[in-house]
Amino acid sequence: MKLWKLMVLLFCGSGLLACSSQPTPSLYQQLGGESGIAAITDGLLHQIEHDPLIVNHFRDTDIPRFRDLLAEQLCELSGGPCVYSGATMEESHTGLNLTTRDFDRLVNHLITVMQQRDIPYSAQNRLLALLAPMYSEVVER
Amino acid sequence: MKFLLLLLLFSSSAVLANSRVIGTGGVTSIEGSAGGGIVPWAVINGYHSTDEWSANSFISRVSVDDFTLNSAGVGVGLNNRWELSYARQQFKLDTIGGQLRQDIVGVKYRLTGELLYTAMPQISIGAQYKRHLDFDLPAAVGARSRDGVDLYLAASKVWLDAIAGRNLLLNATVRATKANQTGLLGFGSDDSNGYKLMFESSAALLLTHHLAVGVEFKQKPNQLAFADEQHWRDIFVAWFINRNLSVTAAYTDLGSIAGLSSQQGWYLSLEGSW
Ligand code: HEM
Repeated sequence: MKLWKLMVLLFCGSGLLACSSQPTPSLYQQLGGESGIAAITDGLLHQIEHDPLIVNHFRDTDIPRFRDLLAEQLCELSGGPCVYSGATMEESHTGLNLTTRDFDRLVNHLITVMQQRDIPYSAQNRLLALLAPMYSEVVER
Repeated sequence: MKFLLLLLLFSSSAVLANSRVIGTGGVTSIEGSAGGGIVPWAVINGYHSTDEWSANSFISRVSVDDFTLNSAGVGVGLNNRWELSYARQQFKLDTIGGQLRQDIVGVKYRLTGELLYTAMPQISIGAQYKRHLDFDLPAAVGARSRDGVDLYLAASKVWLDAIAGRNLLLNATVRATKANQTGLLGFGSDDSNGYKLMFESSAALLLTHHLAVGVEFKQKPNQLAFADEQHWRDIFVAWFINRNLSVTAAYTDLGSIAGLSSQQGWYLSLEGSW
């Protein structure tokens, strides 16, 4: 009985389950709009460049093009006013032989960049939830 | 040990590294397997990913009204696929007097699924070989064997952005066991030596990248005639300080043990991972 009360206290006390009446801002806004997403993309490229374990995958990549397409994709995914014009995830990652480790590392880099930019934890998770399903289209192709 | 060396040899390309997202190794349970505090999950210990391995160790204490359980152990994980673990438990009978110790060697294999990424939950099978070191007392109260093997199947999944923007982990484990009080009172009884199927589960909410709160439930058989055995439960807070260090605190209810009812108290665990 005691334990049950503690549980209720912990979950309710944290305020997480309390309903807030304000409408949630769009993810696009939470990421900082066009300039925010540009900064996240650049931050991610910086992380990739300094990660010797994954940078090799990008040695033949047209980086400016990749940058623009990634920003475009993040913009569209998060509900911004963009239409992604690149190849499908399956098409663009087939033949790269990416591993789960490559994917894990990219996710960690993205989290690092979002932390640096003070993106709220809930917005980080909203973006990650949109990216996670792409795992099977990207890894071991 | 030989098995472990073989594994490492076969995958000599694996490097000691921690590429996985923080929190995805769970913590180390009192039995040495990665999971919650009392339930083994489908997660593989540490933060190594594919082509990597990692090592970890833990020390924990559960202090309830009339007993203290000290556990300590080491483990390695490989390729986010294999987990090997060893733990020593010392169960001190603070009121009755004396102690009961057992060794637990565990192996876990991830069958399918990626905790964070796939719609399919991460599913693992595992075994825990347990050997009692002070079997006289369990034998005196009706336990049949000094050692036993638990087999389990676990499914774990994280739902990103599940509740108020937080990530939710749910785990369900089915365990086949002959153990009395998880083996601390030996295995089987005078009139029963069959496996019992037990259900265990955990739920955890990640409040931040570094902090999780959750609850656990562990169904237990009740085979010894001398005293009732009851299900275990706890409510926990885990603090993942970084990829190398985590601390878990819990309030736990172990029910009745050896005739002493309503055993409740605190659980504290410190874990290192490399
Ligand atoms: C959900 C995760 C991912 C997303 C959303 C994503 C997104 C993209 C996009 C939009 C492109 C451009 C497509 C095009 O050229 O038309 C691309 C290409 C590429 N991605 Fe990913 N990617 C992901 C995961 C990864 C991972 C884990 C790696 C490796 C560490 C990776 C490596 C590459 C490379 C090397 C290219 C360029 C291929 C080329 O040069 O043609 N991607 N990705």
